[in-house]
Amino acid sequence: MTEHHSTDVDHGHADGLPEHKLRRTDVFPRAEKRAVRQVAAMFGLSAIAGIGTIAAFFAFPADRLITVPALGQMSAQNVVVGGLMGVSILLIGLGAIHWARKLMPDHELVQERHDLDSTYADRKAAIDEFWSGAEASGFINRKIIRRSLLGAMALFPLPIIVLFKDLGPMPGTSLRHTIWKAGEQIVTDPQERPIRPEDIPVGGLVNAMPVSLRKLQDKQGNSNEGVKSVIVLVRMRPDEIVAQQGKNWDYQGIVAYSKVCTHLGCPISLYEHRTHHLLCPCHQSTFDLADAGKVVFGPAARRMPQLPITVDADGYLVAAADFAEPVGPSFWELG
Amino acid sequence: MSAIVDGIDSTIGYADDRLSSAGFLKRNLKKVFPDHWSFMLGEIALYSFIILLISGVYLTLFFKPSMTEVVYNGSYTILKGVKMSEAFASTLNISFDVRGGLLMRQIHHWAALFFIASISVHMCRVFFTGAFRKPRELNWVVGTLLLITGILEGFAGYSLPDDLLSGTGLRIAEGIVQATPILGTYVSFLLFGGPFPGNDFIARLYTVHVLLVPGLILALITAHLMMVWYQKHTQFPGPGRTEKNVVGYPLMPVYMAKAGGFFFVVFGITTLLSALVTINPVWMYGPYVPDQVTAGSQPDFYIGWLDGAVRLMPNWEINLWHHYTLSLNIMIPAMIIPGLLFTGIALFPWLESWVTGDKRVHHILDRPRNAPTRTALGVGTIAFYGMLWLSGGNDIIATTFTIPFNTITWVLRFAIFIVPPLAFIVTRRFCVSLQRRDHDKLLHGRETGRILRHPSGEFTEIHASISDAERAVIMSKQDIIPIASPLASDAHGVRNPAGVIGRVRAGLSRFYYGPNIALPTAAELEAAATHLEHEAHSAVPVIEREARLEVTGGGGVLRDPGPDGQSGHNH
Amino acid sequence: MNAIAANRRHPAAAYVVLLLALVSVGALYAALATPSRAATAIGSSTQVDQGKSLFAEGCSSCHGLNAQGSGVGPSLIGVGAAAVDFQVGTGRMPLAQQGAQAVRKASIYSDTERAALAAYVASLAPGPEIPSASMVDAANADLARGGELFRTNCAQCHNFAGRGGALTNGKMAPSLMNATPTQIYEAMITGPESMPKFGDGTMPVQDKQDIINYVHNLQNSPNQGGAALGRLGPVTEGLILWTVGLGLLIAAAAWIGAKAR
Repeated sequence: MTEHHSTDVDHGHADGLPEHKLRRTDVFPRAEKRAVRQVAAMFGLSAIAGIGTIAAFFAFPADRLITVPALGQMSAQNVVVGGLMGVSILLIGLGAIHWARKLMPDHELVQERHDLDSTYADRKAAIDEFWSGAEASGFINRKIIRRSLLGAMALFPLPIIVLFKDLGPMPGTSLRHTIWKAGEQIVTDPQERPIRPEDIPVGGLVNAMPVSLRKLQDKQGNSNEGVKSVIVLVRMRPDEIVAQQGKNWDYQGIVAYSKVCTHLGCPISLYEHRTHHLLCPCHQSTFDLADAGKVVFGPAARRMPQLPITVDADGYLVAAADFAEPVGPSFWELG
Repeated sequence: MSAIVDGIDSTIGYADDRLSSAGFLKRNLKKVFPDHWSFMLGEIALYSFIILLISGVYLTLFFKPSMTEVVYNGSYTILKGVKMSEAFASTLNISFDVRGGLLMRQIHHWAALFFIASISVHMCRVFFTGAFRKPRELNWVVGTLLLITGILEGFAGYSLPDDLLSGTGLRIAEGIVQATPILGTYVSFLLFGGPFPGNDFIARLYTVHVLLVPGLILALITAHLMMVWYQKHTQFPGPGRTEKNVVGYPLMPVYMAKAGGFFFVVFGITTLLSALVTINPVWMYGPYVPDQVTAGSQPDFYIGWLDGAVRLMPNWEINLWHHYTLSLNIMIPAMIIPGLLFTGIALFPWLESWVTGDKRVHHILDRPRNAPTRTALGVGTIAFYGMLWLSGGNDIIATTFTIPFNTITWVLRFAIFIVPPLAFIVTRRFCVSLQRRDHDKLLHGRETGRILRHPSGEFTEIHASISDAERAVIMSKQDIIPIASPLASDAHGVRNPAGVIGRVRAGLSRFYYGPNIALPTAAELEAAATHLEHEAHSAVPVIEREARLEVTGGGGVLRDPGPDGQSGHNH
Repeated sequence: MNAIAANRRHPAAAYVVLLLALVSVGALYAALATPSRAATAIGSSTQVDQGKSLFAEGCSSCHGLNAQGSGVGPSLIGVGAAAVDFQVGTGRMPLAQQGAQAVRKASIYSDTERAALAAYVASLAPGPEIPSASMVDAANADLARGGELFRTNCAQCHNFAGRGGALTNGKMAPSLMNATPTQIYEAMITGPESMPKFGDGTMPVQDKQDIINYVHNLQNSPNQGGAALGRLGPVTEGLILWTVGLGLLIAAAAWIGAKAR
């Protein structure tokens, strides 16, 4: 302790504070000197690490990999530049705190709190000022002005809200239809290969989509149609099918179901070929594809919509119609 | 050196001439801040926000918030030739072609997690110590708003890179918006510029993430800190600490060095974590494609509880008059539960003071044990949150511990109703037990662990009176009388119109204070002090005798010559 | 500086070299191994006999003396050599205990014993054959395309990095970190456990090779950002944040708040 501010004098017992205990650095000059050296060393090392950071930044190209023991291969930029930068920043903090704890005065000070509430007179004056101002404005007496103002104010946000209308088109019936239609060819996702029934073994799974999807998406510049129209094709022995959403919507045991979860829209193709369960990885809704896509577990309320399929003249799988039910998550107007 | 001194002196003068700031400096350079580790939790959040601003500005210089499809041709060969949005391509560019870009991305993401985690822990500290009470109710609301805006900001940032995980998250968010009664479908179409995902959303979200919400957060933080500064910090009970004073270290130099140093510690540790541990490896997830998904699709931890609630919910959906669909399976977990929880948290100061009738100003913090019901409510809420958290990770837990997630979900569907009340009861009892121990300490002193054998063969333990500091802490407890129930009807048998609410309030008040152990009365304390003194006095000869025995006997000597040849005195 | 020299420090350079090496080794193997495989296929009656006796000892208690199946094990008639090679090669069969599904463990049969078992089961009825070395050779594979195929067809169960994931009622999609190219191929054509089959009609050999190559890359890719926490996504990140991250910061706060001695 070299320096005492006037307010630092020992309040000690006078304020009921516990007795002030001296630190080693207050008592032993050697301890004090050691603490000074430690703080300076931390700041010095920080500067060195900072310079090292700059050097490492220029030394390593962005794609250089480096092997760190126990952690494996990683980006040299990330681990070396980051490591040195972290050390250099951390040491400034550690040094400052060590300095404060060991060398700065550690006498606790007592300060009075000021009352937060004003005097009664001040408060009364404020209230009076408000009312005299309100009176002077005529807001209280002139009913017609007051009411018309309130009406105008109530309406004021509406035009601004309406201006947001062109953020997007109205939903219309777009959530009820997909681009599937009778004769639309089913192709594999993502390879866009047409599928013959014999391509799918019993127990097989194919992620698929409508043949016209890619072109349409490229034209529209977004994946709006893909979100709704992707499907899974699975094949089971015809006798394993308990129920379907329509008569003969399968083709020789091949059934097509929407790949979009009816809960919150995650694409799902976790198909277990032994149980015929389709599981959503987002919230674990489980659908039974052997039993008309009904929900067997989880938060989804609606069954998975089935796509009726058949084959075309060339023997390729095609849709027989669009989905009969809306695909994807529920919405208010769904009914 | 003296040039610098002159420079500083004249700078203070220069500012004072224009802003009359010398008075402010004079008053505030010595402003006292109480020192306690738990008072620094909020600082972690503040510093994380500064780190977020620094790293975030850096990222905006390279990130392209666009959903325009491009073919990736950067240096990450594994995705070369893959179609993706410009947003995702520029994120890859930051990660692999900009030196230090990956580090900045990871710092930004880790700091975001620190921001929300430290706000949560800070709020726990404020809650359990009752620091939200008058006059700090408004600042508690500001803090709650900071938590909510922080979560929104985090989710927006998580969604911007347009990787497979963030796209899945956005799809879920869109589904939740769509499930909102009446307006949902329209709001969703307006937000996304049509059906999901559209072409606009990333650009719109970007403005929200870098301008709107950060501006809001900055304003809230400013208000938060100004209120802390003006109202002065609370302090824990202790000798010399009263409701009228504040005990601690001065801003200049101690607090400045400690708090300033802590900023560098937070920044340093965040940087080191980012240097050594991967976070959000979007290049592994791949670009968002609406027909792709990964097992273990998870949000960041601060959304995890909401996702968990959604996973836990039974599949209730109501069809209204064959025209409308009410998706309770989405509304309850994703809107009603968070709505109720955040409203309850924000209004808690007023709810509590209505129940307790406590309208006093509090600057001395409660010890959690001295508010058993509040503490139990807090632990119960944390247990509730924890159940939802577990549910949010049910698939990862399932594979890690080989428990079917179906089992986990079913257990949690019951546990969510059983565990929080259980946690409440256990915590309340535990608090009351601690109060009892405090009570015993005041009356019987502290056990020294020293056993005395009296000549009569009796064994006693020496009790010593507790230190002044400890006594001050225990005596800080404020005993309150529960609100009395109003009369149901007056003397003429006329029903009291305020009677029902009043009786409910009185009932809640009794419940709130119910298990409290009152502090000993002044008379009891005095009696206890006398007793302790007597006990200490009467122990003296026994201790002396023991000392003699040690000298003379050295072992199993039973005979005692007594201090003056008399036999030992009996207690 | 030509293009190759400029890219030699590229993170993928090692893989390109590896791929080239694989091509040459694969080509060499194909040239040398084809005749012997043909020989096995023709003169296999002793192998089938050996397989039959191994089957009777180790498998028949569940799958029946003639592989016709029983209450505890399915019929193996028509599952093909590939299924046997996969199940036995990954140690899933013989089963250690009944459970939600078989798990990968060390195989108890030697390579020749496994080949004999496969030959025996294949002799019962036609089924998927063990893929040849050239079929699982990823020399001409397209890594980016493999990634796309993997994310569309595999990641939904096996996770984005092939670390596995949960299925219903305690079943799980296993981690692919120890899967060999042949095993990956066999799994796709035979559909072990819950896994559906990916037939050659919809996923031809070239696609399977792309996927095998991508999985190989996942098994060996670096973690540019540092420790990968199991590549399980945000759950482990959150865990590290609340334990290590916040733990360190609170420890620092405790140090600041503690009175110096």
